[in-house]
Amino acid sequence: MSTQDFHLTCPIPIQQYPAVVMAHGGGGRLMHQLIEKMFVATFGSDNLRTRHDSAQLQLPTARLAFTTDSYVVRPLFFPGGDIGKLAVYGTVNDLAMSGARPLYLSLGMILEEGLPMETLWQVVLSIREAVQATGVQIVTGDTKVVDRGKGDGVFLNTSGVGVIEHDLLIAPQSVRAGDAVILSGDIGRHGIAVMAVREGLEFESAIESDCAPLAEPVLALIEAGIEVHCLRDLTRGGLASAVVEIAEAAQAGIQLEESRIPVREDVRGACEILGFDPLYVANEGRFVAFVPRAQAERAVELLRRFEVCAEAQVVGEVIESPKGTVVLRSVIGTSRVVDMLSGEQLPRIC
Amino acid sequence: MRFIEEYRDAEAARRFAEAIRKTVTREWTIMEICGGQTHAIMKFGIDELLPPQITLLHGPGCPVCVTPVELIDKAVELASRPEVIFCSFGDMLRVPGTKGDLLSAKAAGGDVRIVYSPLDALQLAIKNPDKQVVFFAVGFETTAPANAMAVYQAKQKGITNFSILVSHVLVPPAIEAILSSPRNRVQGFLAAGHVCTVMGYTEYEPIAKKYHVPIVVTGFEPLDILQGIYLCVKQLEEGRAEVENQYTRSVRREGNRPAQELIREVFEVVPRKWRGIGEIPQSGLGLREPYRQFDAERRFALSTGSVEEASECISGLILQGVKKPYECPAFGTRCTPEHPLGATMVSSEGACAAYFKYRREAKARVG
Repeated sequence: MSTQDFHLTCPIPIQQYPAVVMAHGGGGRLMHQLIEKMFVATFGSDNLRTRHDSAQLQLPTARLAFTTDSYVVRPLFFPGGDIGKLAVYGTVNDLAMSGARPLYLSLGMILEEGLPMETLWQVVLSIREAVQATGVQIVTGDTKVVDRGKGDGVFLNTSGVGVIEHDLLIAPQSVRAGDAVILSGDIGRHGIAVMAVREGLEFESAIESDCAPLAEPVLALIEAGIEVHCLRDLTRGGLASAVVEIAEAAQAGIQLEESRIPVREDVRGACEILGFDPLYVANEGRFVAFVPRAQAERAVELLRRFEVCAEAQVVGEVIESPKGTVVLRSVIGTSRVVDMLSGEQLPRIC
Repeated sequence: MRFIEEYRDAEAARRFAEAIRKTVTREWTIMEICGGQTHAIMKFGIDELLPPQITLLHGPGCPVCVTPVELIDKAVELASRPEVIFCSFGDMLRVPGTKGDLLSAKAAGGDVRIVYSPLDALQLAIKNPDKQVVFFAVGFETTAPANAMAVYQAKQKGITNFSILVSHVLVPPAIEAILSSPRNRVQGFLAAGHVCTVMGYTEYEPIAKKYHVPIVVTGFEPLDILQGIYLCVKQLEEGRAEVENQYTRSVRREGNRPAQELIREVFEVVPRKWRGIGEIPQSGLGLREPYRQFDAERRFALSTGSVEEASECISGLILQGVKKPYECPAFGTRCTPEHPLGATMVSSEGACAAYFKYRREAKARVG
């Protein structure tokens, strides 16, 4: 968006307040103005318009899924996404991993004094876009402003409520030997995209984050009658951590085939340079699904109808033993244990 | 991907493994010098492809592992000063000194930054004239040219707020130290391809001759390592002891001359203490007199004195190939990547970390 567009559309009089000031979180008229003109007007759900202390939700009689997540990312905008999209998709995706249909979100914002109002507006617009794309409503919110230097521009928190319309128990304890492990697409893009911008690393072409909503493909699996045993979205610890968590919780053995795990060439190249293993690099639009072997082919075919899952494929299987362990068959045909990371991956020396 | 995928081909790997099996007639012990090779061996399970007669020992080629604990303490001390921006490669941040690691110094308010090149640290110094920027110059011959370049440029540009904390070490003296030890078990070496890309391999020729050991300059991909092992085993079986170059796509005998000249311009050979091993004569690099103004140890009054290591840690024996990580009683129990007793459990190139990450069941197999 150009600055001119911003001047035309930003509801806060920028001449007066080009940046967030403490009073925008102070409970007085300025805060009221920010909430009314920017947030309520933009997100526009009925609940927000009632301006009540809490939202009142209409829910069908069913099981609910409820989740919360906080979002801190530097930089706020990166190729393929921004903190606003992350905050909506991240929570929507967590609901989707229960096979729930996401309905309502809360939105908590912690703003740093001095944050350019234009930046906040762009984040707000991005949240609106993500909310519209996923069909959820923001029904309640909160705004705080912290002193300059005490925040990183914008911190967001979203909690989400979704409705579970199936009878499956989608959880690690449903995983059993013989299940196929389906990966929804290539891995490692988000982590490398953010890192490249943050650290000023230049590659031949910009690597874009995979940041995307996942509820639609997941619900399509369930609606088609696939007996989904477990789902997990791949976030900070990457594919490896997600699968290890499930193996440990399910006390199952999981065997992955390295050669079947898609990693884009530019991501692989960046990982080689930095000494990172793509198995541990963050994703924001990928998940693994555990389904019975006999339904795996159909599940993959269903997933591939969605652009975000176009590269879905079976990457491994659940085996009897060793229990609680993930084994990777390497590209040269040998096997090794896959473990969780201790701490972050740090770039190597040489 | 070119230059990667073709060196990770399962069929070719099997062919090399088969060739090694056909060549070997007795037991041999080979050491890969470089920690990067150790991790590739563990990660790809290359040792599983080898016949049982071949034992791989893991060498001291892990800069993080051999940086003395006193120097880590000095780094932490520098990083804690309010006027200092302390820059380091990411690997060094988690290495424990006696007063914590650099990540803890950062958490306590120190300005610690990960950089990808010493030249980035130099840029930081130019951008922050009111701060002292210190770069942690660790590593083998591989990182020496870039570190030398940063100091050289700092001098050319008259930058007075940049300095380096030096802990540079050299491979050939370490090989000699291992070979001349009475406990030595190593019969052949895989030399580190990246080190030789800079230095060439003429300096290994007298070592091969003097100690009658084959030394094969080897790359880092699975097929490189398998071919390096094959060439080494073939020499051992034929009774030869030569320097051979497996990594021809990167290494020339004379190495990279301009890089060597730059190293010689800025650095001189000095004795260095290696963590876990002790002092090895003529085994490191220090700044030459005309560049000593850029030596952080000289610029800042730092506390000195040697420091005792955790007595339980046997990383010295591991770095010299005397013991394997799983032979340590603390391995995987009292010593883990979250609570390391020594640096070999920390670094992405450390042998203990490699065994912990990829081979925890090895201990069970042995015990």
